Amino acid sequence: MDLSAINPVLLIASLMVAATPLLLAAIGELVVERAGVLNLGVEGMMIVGAISGFAISVETGSPMVGLVAAMIGGALLSLLFAFLTQFALANQVASGLALTLFGLGLSALMGQSYVGIKPPTMAKLDIPVISDIPVIGPILFSHDPVLYIGVALCAVVWAVLKYSRVGLVLRAVGENHDAAHALGYNVVRVRVLAILFGGACAGLGGAYISLIRVPQWTEGMTAGIGWIALALVVFASWKPWRVLLGAYLFGGINVLQLNLQAAGIAIPVEYLAMSPYLITILVLVIMSADKSRAPASLGRIFHASG
Amino acid sequence: MIKLEKRPQPSRALALATPLIAVFITMIAGGLLFWALGKNPFEAIRTIFWDPLFHEQFASYSRPQLLVKAGPLILIAIGLSLGFRAGIWNIGAEGQYIMGAICGAGVGLAFYPSESFLIFPMMVVAGALGGWAWAMIPALLKVKFGTNEILVSLMLVYVAEQLLASMSLGLLRNPEGHGFPGSRNLKDYAAAHNGELIAGTGMHWGIVAAFIAVIFAYVLLNRHILGFNIRLTGEAPRAARFAGVNPTRLILFCLGTAGALAGLAGLFEVSGPAGQISIDFNVGYGFTAIIVAFLGRLHPVGILLAGLLMALTYIGGELAQLMLSLPSAAIQVFQGMLLFFLLALDLLTNYRIRIAVKGAA
Amino acid sequence: MKLTKLLTSAALAAGLATGAMADTTKVGFVYVGPVGDGGWTYEHDQGRKAVVEAFGDKVETTYVENVPEGADAERVITQMALQGTDLIFTTSFGYMDPTINVAKKFPNVKFEHATGYKQADNVSVYSARFYEGRAVQGHIAGHMTKSNVIGYIASFPIPEVIRGINSAYIHAKKVNPDVQFKIIWAYTWFDPAKEADAAKALIEQGADVILQHTDSTAPQAAAQAAGNVITFGQASDMGEYAPFPRVSSIIDNWAPYYVARTKAVMDGTWESVSTWDGIGAGMVGIGEISDAVPADVKASAEALRDSLADGSYHAFTGPLNKQDGTPWLAEGETAQDYGDDGLAGLGFYVEGIEGDVPQ
Repeated sequence: MDLSAINPVLLIASLMVAATPLLLAAIGELVVERAGVLNLGVEGMMIVGAISGFAISVETGSPMVGLVAAMIGGALLSLLFAFLTQFALANQVASGLALTLFGLGLSALMGQSYVGIKPPTMAKLDIPVISDIPVIGPILFSHDPVLYIGVALCAVVWAVLKYSRVGLVLRAVGENHDAAHALGYNVVRVRVLAILFGGACAGLGGAYISLIRVPQWTEGMTAGIGWIALALVVFASWKPWRVLLGAYLFGGINVLQLNLQAAGIAIPVEYLAMSPYLITILVLVIMSADKSRAPASLGRIFHASG
Repeated sequence: MIKLEKRPQPSRALALATPLIAVFITMIAGGLLFWALGKNPFEAIRTIFWDPLFHEQFASYSRPQLLVKAGPLILIAIGLSLGFRAGIWNIGAEGQYIMGAICGAGVGLAFYPSESFLIFPMMVVAGALGGWAWAMIPALLKVKFGTNEILVSLMLVYVAEQLLASMSLGLLRNPEGHGFPGSRNLKDYAAAHNGELIAGTGMHWGIVAAFIAVIFAYVLLNRHILGFNIRLTGEAPRAARFAGVNPTRLILFCLGTAGALAGLAGLFEVSGPAGQISIDFNVGYGFTAIIVAFLGRLHPVGILLAGLLMALTYIGGELAQLMLSLPSAAIQVFQGMLLFFLLALDLLTNYRIRIAVKGAA
Repeated sequence: MKLTKLLTSAALAAGLATGAMADTTKVGFVYVGPVGDGGWTYEHDQGRKAVVEAFGDKVETTYVENVPEGADAERVITQMALQGTDLIFTTSFGYMDPTINVAKKFPNVKFEHATGYKQADNVSVYSARFYEGRAVQGHIAGHMTKSNVIGYIASFPIPEVIRGINSAYIHAKKVNPDVQFKIIWAYTWFDPAKEADAAKALIEQGADVILQHTDSTAPQAAAQAAGNVITFGQASDMGEYAPFPRVSSIIDNWAPYYVARTKAVMDGTWESVSTWDGIGAGMVGIGEISDAVPADVKASAEALRDSLADGSYHAFTGPLNKQDGTPWLAEGETAQDYGDDGLAGLGFYVEGIEGDVPQ
């Protein structure tokens, strides 16, 4: 046993990387859920984003173009969900599950000729001098650009939801779609846009895995991260900064358990792996006591009668 | 402008016709997909939908297998549909299925190698209780604290999956298994084996249970006051409260029944077709059953048919891989399309589509 | 049993039908993952392609991918047999009982189950001595490490993986007595994101060699990013990371076996056997040792490889003690395949490895 082998600075830096795909997918889903829509298809959108980004960046040689393609890929897939739930008024739970099934299959078909290829690499944002500062340097200033985009996105979503008119409308639609409709807001349009945003974020999160974190393409490579993102949104009680915190916590638990193992400390892996979910349930229970809870219209079908 | 107009009554004719239309459209879209992959679309569609039922070489085997595959789906979906009708969203059937299998198999293995005829009934009870108890967690949290059951039940799926891994590597690991993960095979343990009841039919206790559940749900929903209360709560919650429906009891009943049925499905699967507890024992029946419940329009008979249809696409899909070398991903996409069309066309049952002249609205 | 009769008659009919088409031999493969996984299933599919290449239109191969272990596997294998397939390879440990069950119903069809231990008249078992490859890796790792810390990403605590850890450790220790192993159990065969995290954790704790028993290239990429860490390809060559960080690899090479067994069915000489082949038979391939390895180390590693291949050296040769210090193998004694403390069911670490095998 050798706890001193764990370097806390490097631990924090790597948990930030581990948390980024989760953060991206979850912040997108947060917006979707705040608009009153429950999209369980995050995993499907992530994996389609992963292959779209991978394929395009291999073809064009540019990781940046790939990331944009991933966002488009995720958004296009989410459009299917938007159509089903907003226009065909289908059940959201079933549609989301179907979307994941479809996305997993589609990505595998798209990726058939991309197995075993190394994508173009993306440079880290190594700012001279600053990234050499001890402690703060490795934690804050020596990551890839997407990681910063993730954090920035969190801030933007927070500010928009809290201070802007767009955010107000979005929340109104999520809390009470009938009232929002009565006030003259176009509920369906708001929701479709939110779903597209969620799809783009999930796609970006997927591409972060296939282009930066791993980087390779293999079928099913998101390995359940989309599902964890769903848990994370709940854990965060639909608040952007808590999503950031939660992503670091969820990512952190995983990175920490691997580090503890490497340091030779025997830990019951399965039970530690359960803990994020148990904590999420606990958070849910605590939250249900106070009233700042789930958007009231979450998962309900809206149809403007009349 | 296209406008939707809610029908005063869901159209019965369309409720029957839309699934057929959806399957037909899927055949066309899927055919195009297979054609794009360089396969003969007609042959592919025939292999998926026709061969498992009528192929001279396979059908005698795959027809019973259809029941084996559909059994757990139907059993779970029936339980879920009761809750869905009442607006209670249990999406954690996968976890309840796992817990039923663990508890049931655990009881059986605890008495290994007993030959008592009591073993199997005890396992059945333990399986049902395991699933029930797992579903009681979201139920009680909802009743006591008003916690959202969608999310709690989903979270508990992941917890159950980790427990499953822990069990197959630890407590339930086969002591004669040369260190490999996974429990003893219950097929080699006569007292605990859920075998075929009539040889060659695929019928095992799980399928019997599924049929009983269909009948039970049908009677409950159409003939019993509890069923009436379930429907009333789902359609008009306030009216239900005025009518004196006790929401607490309803939540406990719906989630408990769904959990118990999912647990039973898990037990029958582990003691029958699957044979053993292993890390990858769960193959998503709990999630697929949610789709089945909606495809069946939450109606017991609909669920029965939807379960069989899903099973058909699985088995037909395997045949298509085998005979036509279609990649399994193409089958997944095909299933996804089928679900999309089925879900989308349901709209026609409840709404009328009006093409309104612009400005008239 | 009515079913059995029904099935066998169907199989007979099918057999007659294909018999009429005379001399094409049908070979089926059941895969646990997608053929595009770049690892385990990918390499089995390469083996299938080798069969096609070797026999051209004398064979017809089919496969079904992503088959879950358990009930679904039994159905897929049965359907293959019903289709008139002559030889069926089931390529995952979890297919063991389903394979045996189906084999009972189809006595005329030949089955080959990978990595299991249940044999029958028409069921062979085959597996690869990957631990021989681990010995070569351990040898290179022991020479190459400067920090004396070697990281090991293990999958599940099963004999196959434990053998690999022991073999790598023994041979690293032999050339570098100060070497220390840090082991992470990932509890997955394939989860790129987790493997990347595991590799990073090991690197951050001072490991400058990463060995992996999981299938993705994520650890390779993590090592490349670190810059001064070497790795070994697993399951497939992972040559896209050569010459550095990937300095060598263990390649699952099923092709010779699959071709030989198909040939045996064609010739009518197929018999149920238990095969456990290593480097010698070509089932375990050692990927090109890259120039990042000094010439003398490369030479000695190749010498080790060759001695394992020709059988003059066994990877588990005494004196070896178990982790708790009790003797396992006496001076000059080599490990048995089966029986108490045999390799097939190996469940303990050898002396010197820190930590416990998870229970």
